[in-house]
Amino acid sequence: MAPLLQVKGLKTQFFTQDGIVHAVDGISYDVEEGETLGIVGESGCGKSVGVLSVMRLIPTPPGKIVAGEVLFQGRDMLKMSEEEVRQIRGNQMAMIFQDPMTSLNPVLTIGRQISEALELHLNMDKNQARTRTIELLEMVNIPGAAGRVDDYPHQFSGGMRQRVMIAMALSCNPKLLIADEPTTALDVTIQAQFVDIVKRLRDELSMSVIWITHDLGIVAGLAQRVAVMYAGHIVEMASVKDLYREPSHPYTLGLLGSIPRLDAERRSRLTPIEGLPPDLVGENRGCPFAPRCPYQKEHAIERCLQENPQLAPVGTGLKHQAACWFDVRRGMAR
Amino acid sequence: MTVQEQDILVRVEGLKVHFPITQGIIFQRQIGAVQAVDGLDFAIRRGETLGLVGESGCGKSTTGRAILQLYRPTAGNVYFEGENLCQVKGEKLRAMRRRMQMIFQDPYASLNPRMTIGSIIGEPLEVHGLASGAEVKERVAELLEVVGLNSYFINRYPHEFSGGQRQRVGIARAVAVNPDFIVCDEPVSALDVSIQAQIINLLEDLQARYNLTYLFIAHDLSVVRHISDRVAVMYLGKIVELTDRAELYEKPLHPYTQALLSAVPIPDPEIEERRRRIILTGDVPDPSHPPKGCHFSTRCPVMIPGTCDAQEPEFKDAGGNHWVACFRVS
Repeated sequence: MAPLLQVKGLKTQFFTQDGIVHAVDGISYDVEEGETLGIVGESGCGKSVGVLSVMRLIPTPPGKIVAGEVLFQGRDMLKMSEEEVRQIRGNQMAMIFQDPMTSLNPVLTIGRQISEALELHLNMDKNQARTRTIELLEMVNIPGAAGRVDDYPHQFSGGMRQRVMIAMALSCNPKLLIADEPTTALDVTIQAQFVDIVKRLRDELSMSVIWITHDLGIVAGLAQRVAVMYAGHIVEMASVKDLYREPSHPYTLGLLGSIPRLDAERRSRLTPIEGLPPDLVGENRGCPFAPRCPYQKEHAIERCLQENPQLAPVGTGLKHQAACWFDVRRGMAR
Repeated sequence: MTVQEQDILVRVEGLKVHFPITQGIIFQRQIGAVQAVDGLDFAIRRGETLGLVGESGCGKSTTGRAILQLYRPTAGNVYFEGENLCQVKGEKLRAMRRRMQMIFQDPYASLNPRMTIGSIIGEPLEVHGLASGAEVKERVAELLEVVGLNSYFINRYPHEFSGGQRQRVGIARAVAVNPDFIVCDEPVSALDVSIQAQIINLLEDLQARYNLTYLFIAHDLSVVRHISDRVAVMYLGKIVELTDRAELYEKPLHPYTQALLSAVPIPDPEIEERRRRIILTGDVPDPSHPPKGCHFSTRCPVMIPGTCDAQEPEFKDAGGNHWVACFRVS
């Protein structure tokens, strides 16, 4: 069976006064039915732009999807009309955003905001929609849901608002849920509540999830597969176990080395990734990570500066891929 | 506490900071108070890093600011080398401020966009009369090198720098006046992971080099574990647990600390599979109406009805300098 979502060679660029920003520069991945894919990367690596492109939510201008295919259940989202996309968006494909404070409309009640999608996509009448809304709020553990459905967003706490966002996203039983850093603005105990709810609902409703985050910790307990992004490229993709057992891209290794871990022996020093992320304006020859890569420096690999490596199989794991000219496992150039 | 008095740089006794809630336009009557910090007792030893963790709104930043007298405490005393800061004012307090500095969370908001990096770092030097004229420039250049920035950045403006670089500028400004004590208020929270590690290493280097004492405020428990010697956990205006780093992370006694630690994800799928999470229900209560008794009683999984929601637990030593405020711990 074909995967639920197939992204092939997606390129999204922004045309600005300073030049063309290559925000997403040819990424490909699949999401199987019922699978959770984690996309990990730091600010500005293109992880959000990548999924916004999938949802066709890139503001044009200045942005533009310049190449690639996004096959959702076999149909190319990029070739659909705006009307066809609207049928899918919020219905079969739903999204949760990072900031629950700004993603809710402050002048509409919580209930109104959830039932809108129900009336629009599922043709429910007012009463049906209201009953379903209360059910949804109960599903995401809002205490006293029936009494709070007429409250306004400011009467809810941050964690509750984010749970409302989930209820809204799940209102039409989507096949794919895209969560863009949904827990970044939340405290750890609230984050744990939230992740718990998403896991439970994902399994109950057998949804596919794309979870975008900068936190390698969250992904470890949530995703089946992980894609690591850097400067608009996927630099490593693997099953979650392979990624943490045999990280094979110098950037992934760098990320894992720079976070202090709660369980590990306390090291005296962290090993940060030196330097800064690259500017994405203009054409980039060579590997985008090369200027910060310790292996490139140590082995003076000329090829890293000339050619951008493509994802290629590495390690022992099934479907474990990394985009690097150097085999960090064997300590030699590929 | 059983520490020699001369080892202690900062001592906080019964610190309270309440922010008034007022009503009315001309005659502002006080109708309540946000009890941001509600009775803290702790000490910071010379040369150590005391980590202060807690979730948003628990009063950790307010504590840091009240120690530096950026907020005047509602009650309680703060002793800096034996001198009660709450009773010092005016010129004398300003002079003492040279010795206590602060590093802020948001490197975008804490640097004046209209000042060059050189004048940002140089200003405290002139204010405190530590350098003048060409000396200032020389010293700023030196400080830039110390924090890992190139000294020819001296005439640039903050917008030309990335978040990590700006945070280095903020750090240079804080260490410029040779302080003894620095309050680091979430200094790495706004930064990306790979940059975080650079800043943490820098803070550690500076501590070793200048024998600094840190109060390190953060919500990230992994970061606090990495950098701190001792850790205090705050919840709704109170410290619920305070002990050595290793002890706290291996044997947390307070149910809130236990829940907090179990909620932190660990970057290892095999460990994550086996972990048991304590999921707290509900949210942190409103600090203007804190619950009666123990502040954590409304969310505590092991709450004793009739005790925890009626009386306030005493903050006491459970043995081996492990301080905790909980009825379950005797």
